Amino acid sequence: MSFLQFSTLLRGEPQADRVVPPTGFTARLTLFAAAAMAFLAVFALALSLATGRLAANWSEELARSSTLRISAPAEQVAAQTEAALQVLATTSGVARARALSREEQQALLEPWFGPDLPVDSLPIPQLIEIIEDDEGYDPDGLRLRLSAEVPGAVLDDHGRWRRPLVKAAGRIRALGLLSLLLIGGVTAAMITLAANSALAANAQVIAVLRLVGARDDFIARAFVRRFTFRAFLGAGVGTALGLAALLALPEAQAEGGFLTGLGLRGWHWIWPLVLPPVAALVSFLATGGAARRMLRRLA
Amino acid sequence: MLFPPCAAIASAGPILQKDKAVEGAYVIELDNLAYSYGGGELLSDISLRLTPGSFHFLTGPSGAGKTTFLKLCYGALVPTAGHAMLFGKDVRQMTRDEIAEIRRRVGVVHQDCQFLDHLTVAENIALPLMVSGRDVASEEHNLKELIAWCGLTHRANARPPELSGGERQRAALARAVIMSPDIILADEPTGNVDWEMSERLLSLLVELNRMGKTVMIATHDLALIRAAKTRVQARVLRIAKRRLQLAGADL
Repeated sequence: MSFLQFSTLLRGEPQADRVVPPTGFTARLTLFAAAAMAFLAVFALALSLATGRLAANWSEELARSSTLRISAPAEQVAAQTEAALQVLATTSGVARARALSREEQQALLEPWFGPDLPVDSLPIPQLIEIIEDDEGYDPDGLRLRLSAEVPGAVLDDHGRWRRPLVKAAGRIRALGLLSLLLIGGVTAAMITLAANSALAANAQVIAVLRLVGARDDFIARAFVRRFTFRAFLGAGVGTALGLAALLALPEAQAEGGFLTGLGLRGWHWIWPLVLPPVAALVSFLATGGAARRMLRRLA
Repeated sequence: MLFPPCAAIASAGPILQKDKAVEGAYVIELDNLAYSYGGGELLSDISLRLTPGSFHFLTGPSGAGKTTFLKLCYGALVPTAGHAMLFGKDVRQMTRDEIAEIRRRVGVVHQDCQFLDHLTVAENIALPLMVSGRDVASEEHNLKELIAWCGLTHRANARPPELSGGERQRAALARAVIMSPDIILADEPTGNVDWEMSERLLSLLVELNRMGKTVMIATHDLALIRAAKTRVQARVLRIAKRRLQLAGADL
């Protein structure tokens, strides 16, 4: 099954194509199956790409920052903050550490308590923002040192809730890719069945062609071309419908979370266009295999 | 009714005139061949050598194995013992592609002629050209002459199922000779046609034989054999009791 054969196939031999009678029913079934599979593949693809993108974003955005919270009696807050900053300044892997100002803290709380909250009169813990460098720091080591020197400090490296989310996104992505593989396999299986039934239905045609000196390759090509073309056409229609459905999804929004982010972004729109050629290739290989297997058994 | 004379055949051009050099002295060589089918031996101990340009009839009672014998002669069946050599090559050692090549040099007319029913008669006759990768359009003129020669011009655009028995036989014969094969094997070519049509088909085969083709006709039509013997030096082979015998010249 060389590239040369594949390119001859695409060029086509209208004369030779006519030796196989047009078969309405298998033709329509193949078209439908290819279209349905391509439609499903578009969504599996979108799911994989979207979750992949999500996992990458979460890791990227959250990995580089963490928060240190200092809860202490009001008179000790300033001293402990100072001590914590000292510790952080000498911790390898920490690029910067900065105590948030009162205004910043108030801004953070505003969505929950409204703008009129008298922050000054409440025992609100002091927050310190930690930005890691490329190496990253060792959270357990940092906790140990802090517990010795700043008893009121609680380190939140975001990993606790980030990791399961990234893991879940990774799993969903793997499932999406597995679905794509299964869709490809099912397409190959269905095309093989359709090709087998077409070959069986055309036993007399094959016998006549062999009698007048046709090689197996010639006979196989006539069938393969037909099924490859049908799969390509069907997958094209299915992909177009799938993309239209994706476009009809609501725009990704901050409030909507990851569900509305299921569509494709930027150059990812290229991926679905790969589906029809892949379906054609799968069909080419499946029909070629089926035809050669069947012809070998004939006289 | 007479067939168009030899001039017409000659003008049928390259299709009917081109003669390939036959390698080896014999086109078909059977050596102690046997063929078993479902446990029983149908043919046994058969040896035969066909020289280029010979004309043979094959007779024998129904079910004696005439069709099987012909199939062994074009590689559709492989002998269960002994050897069948086509153009000097053992059938048993041929690949499927080599068998396909052999079919282009052996024109076969089956008892029940099968066609591609969705193509026209003309396209069916041109089918061997198409499957062997020849440009059918450039052979259009020859194709037309051959169709006319077989008296099928008015049926050229019909579909095979619309043809009468005799027309099917002639179309099958035209398809068998379009590649200008070295050998023509015909199985009961006059099986379901009237005497006048049998005569016409025989004339066709005799003309082809005069052009150097090896011809073998399986038939139990003795009148046909007698008619042929007046025009061509034909030998009669007979299959009886699983053996092949050369029948006497006194039919």
